[in-house]
Amino acid sequence: MLSIKDLHASIEGNEILKGLNLNVKPGEVHAIMGPNGAGKSTLGYVLSGREEYEATSGKVEFQERDLLELEVDERARAGLFLAFQYPVEIPGVSNMEFLKESVSAARKERGQDPLTAAEFLRKAKAACEQVNLPLDFLKRGVNEGFSGGEKKRNEIMQMIMLEPTLCILDESDSGLDIDALKVVADGVNSQRDGKRSFIVITHYQRLLDFIKPDFVHILADGKIAKSGGPELAKEVEASGYAWLEDHEETNA
Amino acid sequence: MSEQIDQAISREYEAGFVSDIESDTFEPGLDEDVIRRISEMKEEPEWMLEWRLQAFRSWQKMTEPDWAHLGYEPIDYQKISYYSAPKSMKDRPKSLAEVDPELIRTYEKLGIPLHEQEMLAGVAVDVVFDSVSVVTTFREKLAEAGVIFCPISEAIRKYPELVKKYLGTVVPRTDNFFAALNSAVFTDGSFVYIPKGVRCPMELSTYFRINELNTGQFERTLIVAEEGSYVSYLEGCTAPQRDENQLHAAVVELVALDDSEIKYSTVQNWYPGDENGVGGIFNFVTKRGVAEKNAKISWTQVETGSAITWKYPSCILRGDNSVGEFYSVALTRSRQQADTGTKMIHLGKNTTSTIISKGISAGNSSNTYRGLVKMGPNADGARNFTECDSLLIGDTCAAHTFPYIESANPTAIVEHEATTSTVSDDQLFLCQQRGLDIEKAISMIVNGFCKEVFKELPMEFAVEAGKLLEISLEGSVG
Repeated sequence: MLSIKDLHASIEGNEILKGLNLNVKPGEVHAIMGPNGAGKSTLGYVLSGREEYEATSGKVEFQERDLLELEVDERARAGLFLAFQYPVEIPGVSNMEFLKESVSAARKERGQDPLTAAEFLRKAKAACEQVNLPLDFLKRGVNEGFSGGEKKRNEIMQMIMLEPTLCILDESDSGLDIDALKVVADGVNSQRDGKRSFIVITHYQRLLDFIKPDFVHILADGKIAKSGGPELAKEVEASGYAWLEDHEETNA
Repeated sequence: MSEQIDQAISREYEAGFVSDIESDTFEPGLDEDVIRRISEMKEEPEWMLEWRLQAFRSWQKMTEPDWAHLGYEPIDYQKISYYSAPKSMKDRPKSLAEVDPELIRTYEKLGIPLHEQEMLAGVAVDVVFDSVSVVTTFREKLAEAGVIFCPISEAIRKYPELVKKYLGTVVPRTDNFFAALNSAVFTDGSFVYIPKGVRCPMELSTYFRINELNTGQFERTLIVAEEGSYVSYLEGCTAPQRDENQLHAAVVELVALDDSEIKYSTVQNWYPGDENGVGGIFNFVTKRGVAEKNAKISWTQVETGSAITWKYPSCILRGDNSVGEFYSVALTRSRQQADTGTKMIHLGKNTTSTIISKGISAGNSSNTYRGLVKMGPNADGARNFTECDSLLIGDTCAAHTFPYIESANPTAIVEHEATTSTVSDDQLFLCQQRGLDIEKAISMIVNGFCKEVFKELPMEFAVEAGKLLEISLEGSVG
């Protein structure tokens, strides 16, 4: 469903991704690990189409479409979801309003009628419960005054509502205590249905105790330096990323 | 990103069309003779003509103010025509069926067909088309409650004592250059009188429309709320596209007697000029209310139109415990310039005022908030709270804030909060990543920014205002 071939990308002329290859099949969970500055978050931004991140060469196919040709919102409506590391506030726009608009946009793309108010509310209520957010969060402004943990859970709530086909989680574990981490992981796991795919970007192995990946990739200096199964994450946990420097002169 | 934003906010003016109803229009120029002719056309009593002439004589000695943060070519007041009336309206229609079908079509283009409005629950409409009030509906229902809601020219003939008693008491003839001009040449507007203890049974609404090339629009509105009464008045405007600048200098006076409340809401969407700032309405408005004991005056405005906006709806809180409110959303784009705000003059004891101003600038526009909070020596225990927020879209627009605070009473409390923010790339990216296109994203963020003000608007106006902002910000995103 997602095929990345020799992807190069830069920000303001600095090349961050330097020939990245990755194949994700339906239902798979891929973890992307790596030291700071390796280009993990960049990968999420390039795939979702953030303007400052320019794909300079390579090819990305997403559900048989040329992903790099699509606008940010087109990619989103095609089923690509990015859970942000630092979700931004939108004062005055309620979560409810925001979700209604985005769910309608997604449904329209899929040729579905908009949800009725009652259907929407039922779904939103279930999503809130799943990530342990009180219902009155729907009335509050998007991320307005939310704690770090609430913001992360709110991202997962949006993911549940939007039913994307590919979810990219950008360090959804950062800054979370163990309980909040479990809530986020449970939310993600509840969405694993054998078809939906996940790219889980994380610095630490900890999250992968709760979201079991099928594959683990180590990203270093803009490339996949090593791929393997869940055991690779344990290796990193034990020995850190220092071994990478034997391979390449890189990033700190 | 900013290129996308520019595209999203530049659009053709949706109300930009011209309706070709024949008009009686004076030749351009202004002298005492023109004023006499206006007064004659309006079949006015002698005292009214005299009042106008005195205003004109004062105006001739005044100079146009230049302190506002606005730039425009000098206005040649002799090149403006001071009277225009739809010809077919000389005999007033008794019902909508008698209204010029062209006029009805004009409203239909704007999405506000009269016959639908008539049915709209509780809204009486006093339609002002150019300078003559064309249709007044729901009068009977209002008459039952003893409410007078009619064109001011009619009030001058039918209720001269009321008009004489209050006209010019809040905004004197010589108040300022534009108010003096208005006093000399005003052609129409509304008169509202709510008797003692009466709660006006419906929201009163006037739609203004400027339709004549080079015709100044000089509306004069006077609202009197007797003791213990209540009225909510809505004013909405839109104008057809023209290349020439059109001058608008309205005066609105509110008289809120003891224990009464006046709520005055405006949605203003006059032609703002093209992308280069050519054409567009020059809007110089004087709006002021006096609140007596325990009375309350609330101004709510949504300003999205006009090339130039110069407007400071104000409250003189003369009575003890009186309350003044000002809620404003002003949006400027392309080359629009707005210098708007309010004055809260606290004279009585324990008077309170609230100012919430939201300025949104986009394109190459300039948006200025200018506000005065004045605490008089007798305003013991008076309080003001001001919140003044600016939102910038793109990097070629400007926002300015000029708050003036004068306090002559040590027990008075004045609070002022101000913020300036931008529609950030992060916010847009979040919205777009959730599947919203850029237009929807911008309009959602802007509507969120304005929420505090929109919730003060009457329901049907709130919907209209939200839609207006959305239309104002939408464009042709390729």
